Amino acid sequence: MMAPSSENKEHFVLEREYFQKLLDTLIQRGYRVVGPTVGEGAIVYTKLNSVADLPIGWTDEQDGGAYRLKKRDDQSLFGYVVGPQSWKKFLLPSALRLWQAKRVGKSFQIIPEDEKSQKFAFVGVRSCDMHAIAIQDKIFMNGQYGDSHYKSRRADAFILAVNCGKAGGTCFCVSMNTGPKTTFGFDLAMTEVLEGNRHYFVAETGTELGAEILHTTPHKKANKEEIFYADDVIKKTAGQMGRSMDTTDIKNLLYKNYEHPRWDNVAERCLACANCTLVCPTCFCTTVEDVTDLTGEHAERWRKLDSCFTMDFSYIHGGSVRSSTKARYRQWMTHKIATWIDQFGTSGCVGCGRCITWCPVAIDITEEARAIRESEPNLKRETAEGAEKTTHNHKEGI
Amino acid sequence: MAVKKKPKLAVWKFASCDGCQLSLLDCEDELLAVADKVAIAYFLEASRAVEKGPYDISLVEGSITTQHDAERIQKIRKISKVLITIGACATAGGIQSLRNFKDIKEFVSIVYASPEYIETLAKSTSIASHVPVDFELQGCPINKRQLLEVLSAFLYGRKPNTPAYSVCIECKRRGTVCVMVAQGIPCLGPVTHAGCNAICPAYNRGCYSCYGPMETPNTASLSSWFGRLGVKEENLVRSFRSFYGSAEPFRKESETHE
Repeated sequence: MMAPSSENKEHFVLEREYFQKLLDTLIQRGYRVVGPTVGEGAIVYTKLNSVADLPIGWTDEQDGGAYRLKKRDDQSLFGYVVGPQSWKKFLLPSALRLWQAKRVGKSFQIIPEDEKSQKFAFVGVRSCDMHAIAIQDKIFMNGQYGDSHYKSRRADAFILAVNCGKAGGTCFCVSMNTGPKTTFGFDLAMTEVLEGNRHYFVAETGTELGAEILHTTPHKKANKEEIFYADDVIKKTAGQMGRSMDTTDIKNLLYKNYEHPRWDNVAERCLACANCTLVCPTCFCTTVEDVTDLTGEHAERWRKLDSCFTMDFSYIHGGSVRSSTKARYRQWMTHKIATWIDQFGTSGCVGCGRCITWCPVAIDITEEARAIRESEPNLKRETAEGAEKTTHNHKEGI
Repeated sequence: MAVKKKPKLAVWKFASCDGCQLSLLDCEDELLAVADKVAIAYFLEASRAVEKGPYDISLVEGSITTQHDAERIQKIRKISKVLITIGACATAGGIQSLRNFKDIKEFVSIVYASPEYIETLAKSTSIASHVPVDFELQGCPINKRQLLEVLSAFLYGRKPNTPAYSVCIECKRRGTVCVMVAQGIPCLGPVTHAGCNAICPAYNRGCYSCYGPMETPNTASLSSWFGRLGVKEENLVRSFRSFYGSAEPFRKESETHE
């Protein structure tokens, strides 16, 4: 992580009472402002109209297969970590109609989807999720898999990042070099500080647009003490990670262990229910479904989020290539933290912990990686001697 | 243009509650479109008017519980080009297959005033255990949207979009928060066939598996997690022994907790 030193960058202070003004500015400028709110017993992302929609005074407790909302003893706006949803809810919607077709005589006519450009403002993007967005950008913004739907949603998105003021029970961004401080990709980044009777945000601007938005709101230059408190919040968070993963040479560790007995062990527990992939902020697989109606005059093509845990996913005429749960779990985990590095130049895991929390039977990717590593005594020793420690390299910027 | 003859549709009932047939009548808005595309040739639940077979598509509801029905399904198979079973009874024996775990004579003696008039088989079995079936649509009852999808698919010669993955995928796609993780409510969703659009979790309840086992159900793992959530062994038996109690993966799982 290139942790930019706080002294070199200009910092501003925005008092809590002006946070609404910030949201108002974004709404006035035509943004669809989305961010965290309390819903169905968890913190989910939805349209925000006012600060009151935020989970004020709420926090979450997370562990493998368990998530509970709890009241905090303060009124912080962002005193929780990430919930079951991620920003892919907006950037890579779970179901999207690609086009329709209608019969015209003996032929048919394609009716393209009227892709309204959606100007999102994402409020409360955490560092792990910023990395996740950067990973999906890499895949969908350009190149072979460039996707116009993703691009149109992503290109104009305003990102208001929030540095985490606490770590969750399943968080391990420190291990993955992806947090807890956001270092790139944002228009505005803030650290929430509750200190004595004061409640304020220490803000950094990442783009001219971010600066422009901030300047519409009453703020001042941060003093040394305020910056110190903000840095301290992040430092404390970094020390609270509920999980950790040793990433030393992790790619080769997994490449060497395709036949490890641990895969059988995890397959006994894995439900192949696909929850891990659906909550993962980097998993991007989709399927395409064609539907016709009864009249035969009308057809539609839909794109839906899919998962490598389904049998259809690897179905090639005659059968599924990965018919066992063992093969599917191995494929997912090996892709996420090993082959992804060869494919995209970064790890596919950002340490957000969602797959651990939202696995109905608490399968823990950090535990699975540890179990494999612990059976490799030589590799472990290399770690201790301080061998090269960066197989994955989450790049700064997009 | 030559008038194409409409395919003939028949709807057959075996041991069942009629709920799945009602899903077809329940189509209401789409029923005219159905009638426009197929000739509803045999559907006693809807009309006494009956057209003779053979039929292009037969929808079969219910399970086989009598010798008479075991013979009747053979005849229906012979006069049907495509045979589609609809619902839990037809595809897995249904609720009435709870008899399969007990002695049928005892049930008969308790339930009927004159048991000597009752002629019934020892087990309630699926249609596919008697004749070849072209397609099985799951659910107790089936979902009308899925029924229309299956009919459309057969009419236009494509594969129906009725995926056999877990209910969890439907929950996540609609944005429902997992009731098991966030509230500790035991939910059969991870081992259950999708198709209902995860309606129970969306109303803050666990899934009861009225669509039966998903494609690769790991019931043992889920059972052990249910145990941690405080579900007792006898309730594990009940959890797996309801709508789809006789579907192989659920039957086996319930028996390990007996």
